[in-house]
Amino acid sequence: MGAVRRAAFSAPVLIGALFVATAVAVAQIQLPDLTGRVVDDAHLFDRGLEARLTEQLQQHERETGNQVVVVTLDSLQERTIEEIGVDLGRKWGIGQEGQDNGVLLIVAPNERKVRIEVGYGLEGQLTDATASVIIQNAILPRFRDGDMSGGIEDGVGRILAVLGGDSEPTETYSVPEDFDEFWIPPPFFIWLCFVLIMFYLRWKGVLKGSSSGRSSGGWSSGGFSGGSSGGFSGGGGSFGGGGSSGSW
Amino acid sequence: MTMRILRTTRNAALLLAGMLALTACDINAVPRLDEQVNATWAQVENQYQRRAELIPNLVETVKGFAAQERDVLQNVVEARAKVGQMQLPANILDNPAALQMFEQNQAALSSALSRLLVTVERYPDLKSNQNFLALQSQLEGTENRIAVARRDYIAAVRDYNTELRTIPGKWIAAIMYPEAEIKPTFTATAPNAD
Repeated sequence: MGAVRRAAFSAPVLIGALFVATAVAVAQIQLPDLTGRVVDDAHLFDRGLEARLTEQLQQHERETGNQVVVVTLDSLQERTIEEIGVDLGRKWGIGQEGQDNGVLLIVAPNERKVRIEVGYGLEGQLTDATASVIIQNAILPRFRDGDMSGGIEDGVGRILAVLGGDSEPTETYSVPEDFDEFWIPPPFFIWLCFVLIMFYLRWKGVLKGSSSGRSSGGWSSGGFSGGSSGGFSGGGGSFGGGGSSGSW
Repeated sequence: MTMRILRTTRNAALLLAGMLALTACDINAVPRLDEQVNATWAQVENQYQRRAELIPNLVETVKGFAAQERDVLQNVVEARAKVGQMQLPANILDNPAALQMFEQNQAALSSALSRLLVTVERYPDLKSNQNFLALQSQLEGTENRIAVARRDYIAAVRDYNTELRTIPGKWIAAIMYPEAEIKPTFTATAPNAD
């Protein structure tokens, strides 16, 4: 008896869960995880180079706040390197939130493609033309000689040099994301919503009496994980397709 | 017996309230997604504008090396002018005809530009000119930004339209936002849609 009632009552909950599940299950291609400042999915680097690059990129972030990440991809999965670049940058959230100051250097050795993907906030400093010059002059000649590590190391060096202010810095801008108008919901609905949730939680026995619930976990702070042991995560920056690509 | 009736009534009320709650919690979805569509559209216009602004410089540079390619250059200039003259109505997003016009003019400019870039292959001096290389990379970057902006816009419209077509968004829209309509989006046959 009770079970039947319970089942009937949980129908709205089930429907809600279904909505969430559908939203999450939107098909995506397989993108590598952000395991550090150097994500070597194609296994191009030896340990020494990976550590050297990581150190270099870490120091750059300490000095300027810019996040630069090097990625090698085993496969582009039938997509263009430009599409993958934006997707990776957004998925990982490279760059600080609001400043969008992230850069990705992406190398796909099997498709022989390379790309510098520039976040919104650095498009003024590292312009498409500058990125193109770095690819054409520093990276591609070495790649053509088979020196992948050398090309990447030199490319990273030049990117950091440009971002560090070696070239003429021009004004940077970021795209405002806030909207002018906000629709204010009628208070009644908010109130109703709140009351019903409380009511439901109480009914389920999550909230006992007047004690505050243990169901924490609704809030999570974004951004960096303090000084945890070398852990690296994106700061929530966004990308709009700036940068340049090349192939060899 | 009375107990049972009371319980049943309570459960029915809870069920109704639960469904209402589901509906009420998402009551902002329509205007929020609408704003998202507007914001992504602004980015689309913005990036097309950026491309248009690169063109005079590009044409001048190419003229310096390949002035005899008058037809190709003229095509680009005309297509650019057409894009520039187009008056975009304020409600372009609710106006499929205007959107299609915008789309056609931009597509014409895209194809004129790609013809120009093919022609340029015949001029090695131009191809190694620093100014031209810089312009070319900017143009490529802008084309890519356009592709990204279009992708974002299409996704935003899809979200908005899905909200209007599915329950409970459909009900909410009918009660709260009767003016909300399904929005047109880019057709998949556009030349640089990927």
